[in-house]
Formats: sequence, C-alpha cells, structure tokens
Amino acid sequence: MSVRLNGRTIGYGAVAMASAVVLAYACAPSAAKKPNTALVGGDAAQAVYVAPGKYDEFYAFLSGGFNGQVGVYGLPSGRLLRLIPVFSQHAENGWGYTEETKGMLETSYGFVPWDDLHHTALSQTDGVDDGRWLFVNANNTPRVARVDLTTFNTSEIIEIPNAAGNHASPFITPGTEYAVASTRFSVPIPNRDMSIADYKKGFKGSISFITANEPGKMRIAFQLIVPGFNYDLARAGKGPSDGWMFFTSYNSEQANTLLEVNASKNDKDFIAAINWKKAEQCVAAGKGRTMPTEYLHNVMDDFTHSARVEKITSVLTLEPSACPGVMYYLPTPKSPHGADVDPTGEFIVGGGKLATVIPVHSAKKMLAAIEKKDFAGDLEGIPVLKYESVVAGEVKNAGLGPLHTEFDGKGYAYTSFFLSSEVVKWKLGTWEVVDRVPTYYSVGHLMIPGGATRKPAGKYVLAMNKITKDRYLPTGPELTQSAQLYNIEGDKMKLLLDFPTIGEPHYANAIAADVIRDKQKKFYSLKENRHPQLARSERETGISRTGKAVHVRMASLRSHFSPDNIEGVELGDTVYFHVTNIEQDWDIPHGFSVIGANMSELLIMPGETRTLRWVPKRIGVHPFYCTDFCSALHQEMQGYVRVSPAGSGVALVANSGRVGQNVNETVAAVTAKAAAKK
Amino acid sequence: MSRLARLLVAIASIAVLGVFAFPLWRVTLEAPQYPEGIGMLIHVNTVGGVNEHDLQNINGLNHYIGMKKIEPDAIPELRFMPWIAGAIVVTGLAVAAAGRRRLYLVWAPLVLATFAAGMYDFWRWEYDYGHDLDLEHAAIKIPGMAYQPPLFGSKQLLNFTAHSYPDVGGWLLIGAGTTYGLVLVCLLLGRRAPLALCRPDDAGIAADALARGARRPLGTPHTGVNAA
Repeated sequence: MSVRLNGRTIGYGAVAMASAVVLAYACAPSAAKKPNTALVGGDAAQAVYVAPGKYDEFYAFLSGGFNGQVGVYGLPSGRLLRLIPVFSQHAENGWGYTEETKGMLETSYGFVPWDDLHHTALSQTDGVDDGRWLFVNANNTPRVARVDLTTFNTSEIIEIPNAAGNHASPFITPGTEYAVASTRFSVPIPNRDMSIADYKKGFKGSISFITANEPGKMRIAFQLIVPGFNYDLARAGKGPSDGWMFFTSYNSEQANTLLEVNASKNDKDFIAAINWKKAEQCVAAGKGRTMPTEYLHNVMDDFTHSARVEKITSVLTLEPSACPGVMYYLPTPKSPHGADVDPTGEFIVGGGKLATVIPVHSAKKMLAAIEKKDFAGDLEGIPVLKYESVVAGEVKNAGLGPLHTEFDGKGYAYTSFFLSSEVVKWKLGTWEVVDRVPTYYSVGHLMIPGGATRKPAGKYVLAMNKITKDRYLPTGPELTQSAQLYNIEGDKMKLLLDFPTIGEPHYANAIAADVIRDKQKKFYSLKENRHPQLARSERETGISRTGKAVHVRMASLRSHFSPDNIEGVELGDTVYFHVTNIEQDWDIPHGFSVIGANMSELLIMPGETRTLRWVPKRIGVHPFYCTDFCSALHQEMQGYVRVSPAGSGVALVANSGRVGQNVNETVAAVTAKAAAKK
Repeated sequence: MSRLARLLVAIASIAVLGVFAFPLWRVTLEAPQYPEGIGMLIHVNTVGGVNEHDLQNINGLNHYIGMKKIEPDAIPELRFMPWIAGAIVVTGLAVAAAGRRRLYLVWAPLVLATFAAGMYDFWRWEYDYGHDLDLEHAAIKIPGMAYQPPLFGSKQLLNFTAHSYPDVGGWLLIGAGTTYGLVLVCLLLGRRAPLALCRPDDAGIAADALARGARRPLGTPHTGVNAA
C-alpha cells in the first residue's frame, strides 16, 4: 500500500519509518545532549510492574467507543479496574434495566439502550484536573453525561437538542463553567422535512454550552447556531486564549453525499474560535432567541437511588450575527481533527488528518489580527482570519495523518499519526521533530495525564490503537483494540507496555491516583435512603397488592433474603421485587434474580434499593437467589415465589425470613390468619 | 495523709472523669477480608463500633456462629456504670479533701473492689457471648469451640484474630486504681515506709486531729495516727 501525497509516493511501513528515523536523528541535536532518564536500566517490565497489593500511580479513564461505557484502568500497569456503564444497558449490574435506572437512558426519542461514547473530560479547577467528575459524550443520540468519581457511577445525563452526531463533546472550560457539545452532522435547524440536496440552504451546525459545575443541574446555557460544516473536536483556551474555545471543522465544502471525496477538496478547512465570555455577554444582553424544542435531563437522585427525568421544552440559541466578535474562523489545513491548546494557552495545534504539516496557531497573533480586523473575508457573516496572520509555525515532514496532540509541560508536543502509525515528539517554538516511535497499529488519540491542562504530568503517553492484527492471540474476525504506554521522561520515548482494551477507546484522561483514591464512597447510608419501597431492616419488609401489581419489599443481608417465601401471586400479576441491601459494610453487594426474569439481574450496593420487575409466565413455584458471591453461605441465599392460577384466592403472604423462625410455620400461620379474616 | 498523697488521690479521681470522654476497652478483629480492621469500643455507658457500622457488621458476622447480638440496651451495667464512676470521682475528691487516713482505709478498698468487680463482670459478659451460642440456628458449629475474646491480649477465633486491650478510658482507670492502691499500701505501712508520701505531714496530722477533736472532749490528748 502507498499513498500519493505532496507529489511523491511514500510506501508506508518500512520506507516511511526508515526515513522517519533519519529525520528524527537529523532533527534532534539539542535534545540529545540531555541525560537519558527514560528508564532505570531500560527495563520496561520493571517500569510497569505494580506488585500485588500495591496501587497504580494513575487512574486512566478510557472511553469505550461503541460499547457506550468507560473503562477505568490503572497506569502504568494497564490493569482494568472497572467498567462504568453510561449510555448502554449493562446486564452485569442492571444499569438501564432496573426500575430505578431505566430513566437515565430515556431521551426525547424514547428509551435508547446504547450509544457511542467517544470522549472523556475530567472536571477542572483553575485549568487543572480536579477529579470531581468525568464528563463523557454520546455521539449517536446527542447527550452529555456526568460520572461521579466518588462512586464511579453515572449521575446525570442531558440530551442536546438541535444536534446530530454529538462529536466535539464534552470539552471543558478551565473552571468547569461549561462542557461543550457540537454537531458532527449539520442538519436543518429546527429540524424539518426538506430535501437533502438543499443542504447549503438550510443545514446548520450547533455548538452548545452546558453548565457543568453543579451536580444535578446541567443546563444548556446557550447554543450557537453556526454554518453547516462538520464540527469535530474542541479545546478550551487558557492564559492568553482564556475565554476562548477552539473547534475544528471540516466539510467546509458543505457536501451532503460521499464526504470521503466531496469533503476533502479544500486545501484548508477551519478551526472555529469562539469567545464564550463574549457569548455570555450577548446572552445577558438579550441577544439570544428562545427556540421551542424538546429534550430530557435525567438525574440519579442520591437519596431515592432513582432516576428523575425532566423534560425541557426550549433552548436559548444565539446567532453569531447577533453577537459580533463571538466567532472567527482560522483557516487550517486540511480536514482537521484535533484542536489542542498547549499548557501556556498560546499555541493552538491543528491536527489536519489529510495535511502534510502540523499547523500551529498563535493565540496572541489571533487576538492581534482580530484587533486589526485583518480578515481574508467572511463565511455567512463570520470573519475568516488570514492563515499567515495567525499561524505561529508549521511542523514539517512530521508524518502522515496527524490527529491529536498532547503536551508534557516541558515544551514538547506529542502528535498521533493515524496513517503512519506513530507518535511524533516535537518542540514547541522551533517546530522541529525530535523523536518518533511506532504504534501497533493506526493510533487514533493519545493521552498524557493532564496533557490538556495547565499542568501535565509528563511521565507517560498512552496511544490508543484501532488495529491490532498480529499483536495478540487472534480471536476470530473481531480483534481487540489496544493501548500502548510509553515513558516520555527522557529524550527518547520508550515503549513500556501494550495492553488490550475494552470497547474501542477513542479518547482518555488520566489523573494522579491520590486525587481520587481517598474520596471513594464505601457504601450508601441506609439512614439517608429515601426509596419509596425501602426496607431499612428486616422488620420493615412486607408484601402488598395494588390491582395486578404485587410489591415485595425485601431486605438482603448475609446470607438470606427477608422475606424468602412468598405466596399469593397469581398468573397475570406483575411482581416488583424492591430489594434493599441492608448491609453497611464495604464491598458487600448482594444480587438478585428470579427464574424467567426478562431483564438483567439486580446488583445492589450496601444501603441501596433496586427493583426487578417480573411477570410470571407459569403456574408453579419459582426460585430466586443471590447472584453475587456475598459470603460463605451465599449458596444458601435463596427463596421461592408461589404462582397460583388467576382468581385462585391464595392469601398474599411473605414470611420474615428471619433467623430463628420456622419459615414454614410462619407462612402457614399467616395463611391461616388471612383465611380467617375472609 | 500527706499533702502529696491527698494530691495524688485527687488527681487520680479527676482522671476517672476521663471515662466519660474516652472508651474503656477496645476489641478489634483482624481477618484477611477486613484489611481495614473492624472493632468494638466499650464505653462507660454503651458499646459502639470503631467505625460507624462496625457493631452491626460484627453482629452480622457473629450470627453465623450463633452468638447473641451485642446490643448495648441488653447490658444493664451500662446504665449504672456512669453513676458508679461519678460516685468514685466525687467521693475520691472528698476523701482527698478530708485527708483522713482512716476514711481512706475504708474508701480505697471499696473502690478497688468495685474495679475488680467491673473487670470480672466484663469477663463474664465475654464468657457469656462466647459460650452461650444458639447452636440450633448457627450455620457454623465446631464442637468444643467457644468464641470468648480475651480480657487482655490476643486470641485466634476461627478466621479472626481478636485483640482486646484497654483504650484511653481504661488506661486512666488502671492509672487511678494503681494510684489508689499505692497510697493505700503506703498508709498501711505508715512510718515503716521510707517515703514521705506515706507519712503524715503536719496538715495530715491536723486533719486527723480535727476529725477526732470533733468527737472527743477538748483537752483529751491525742496520740496521733501514727501511734496507732
């Protein structure tokens, strides 16, 4: 295979790598003087070995892509610590199946059990990751979610109206004022029945600013309605670019078919620079327009342990024409993906995936050009700056297909190259390439812990790869994706570890473990539980009927359910098992399932209540049991539900299941008592 | 009593007040599943967990071996122990203020006996919890096995190692008891003891004299405490 680029044919693979190595040596005279501290004795195994019982140095959050989840890994070991279900139902713990959590996946399109989760962003304070929350996006049915990092649970999801393909999302401003969400697809706004061929006449993009700093209170503060391009990735400014947000865009051709060709014609597309502080002023001055629409905001209530679904029926939109100075276009070659701002906030690096150079814009030059109105023209009223007036430099001959750049805080940038499968290290200011390492293969994004913030921890870079072919034992047609960890402390990047990942990680964040580790919630307080069907102790358990609905209020603790013998359910009833785990101890979840349940199990954390809905299909006696190996007598943790024919009049009873009671006698006694009442 | 002896008795009695602020005893359990530890604190008026839910969790674990639930409400001693402690403080200060040897010789053995009875009572409760098992409903039954934690020290109980030691309040009581005992021995030895602590000083003689004087006609010669 080869690609024709810049007038010469480059066979990628050996030839490209050979030339790259020559380039790297030729370009790295200054860097070579520093002592190589990359690794003690060059022993990669030692550098990633975390001894049993020891902790990793970093928590890494890798988006799961098409699995709709987040994978939490320890670095440098690459050990998978947890999967956090966000936009996808997760049968393992009942997320999106239980009565309490189903609401979290409700949208204006109804219940959506899956999404494509591309990007992660940690909350920030003063431009530094603070470890309070992780924000993630849903690409397909546009949404942004908040994950609480004291519980590692999804706590809030907001839908984005007037959006299609929520890709440039959820990038964060330095004080977590906003998480942004912008459209990949431009669509008619408001959406309506029109010919796709009329794209240029009515299709628009939208860029939403979502308030993010208060848990449970995400709101779309305002939404900019922008020219109908594809918007891709974003990054907030800081320092000289503080108050700005940079979004890459492509398809400035405004093609509506065969984009692979039709959207790749222009030599330059744009980075949109948006002055969000200006937008705030315009909104405050009443320049926005309220548009009727419909979208949902779902919040997990900390006390009822249940989703609260709120429908919102309008959104405040802002046209750039109504707010001069809010938006400018920076010409950027070519179909850029990443828009990455260095730790000082001065440089904005465009990852032009079809470009032959890495263009770097200067925030100061941009501000000066805006001041002087040094414009090349305008696009739908939005000023376009001159490339020469804003560019600080170009990294030449870096590689093929630059996508994403992160920074080490020591003056170097690291760019991933999808086509040439490599990570390239270059120097800010001189724009010279100083090192390059291969990835295996086709790296998409890369990540340095804090690499997008004011204070990167420049110790590791993690490359996330799309293709693994011969890297692991093969597993049929579908192979794992992978991540590669490199040490970047020395002049030369050193490959330390290659590990398979869950889903398809597109993006990642990592943060020093101690920022998060000691804030972990160990269990939910039973005292604070306000679930309407809570059983705080075995005494509060019981059973009741409302028409055809039977509610069982159940407690679980080591090693039994209370009640564990239930009678009086009839065919045609719907049974709700409301199970409260009444333990108050760390790492003691209980599970629950009943034969033939048409949903997942329940996995109930101590102090939490979860509900399994069960429609019995057959007459007879049906077992249920604890599905989490909770204790030595887990296998004894079980019970029965008797299902009788409709109208049979068997008394509705549930025994206490308490130790010391003869359960059969209890049921018999209650049955007799109920019968006597009749 | 010497000034020093009275001062020591007063300090020891004030130290007994510490039982209202600090736990008396700490029983902790160690097992592989509880790397963070789990334990109980015995206070003068209640029994609680080292961490908020420890007692509940210990009761949860104990039900497997048929042990009764440890419920503070079921232990009547916890209701009157604060009064006893309070009485020791008040009477101890009064005895120190009076400075009378004979009074102390009555008071101190009573207090020390109370302490001993308390320890015996604690041991009885441990014995009771460890032996009086509901074997009919216990999941784990090991013939001959009892689960009595030690009064002082460590002991292996199935997968748990139980450690039982005084906490701050307990050490204060031990300190007070030791002080009371030393003063008692001193006063009993009297002049034979080489320490000034043990001999009455002028103030002590005067106190005894005053007390006796109230009961005797004026002018009756007193022989002094130490002549007794």
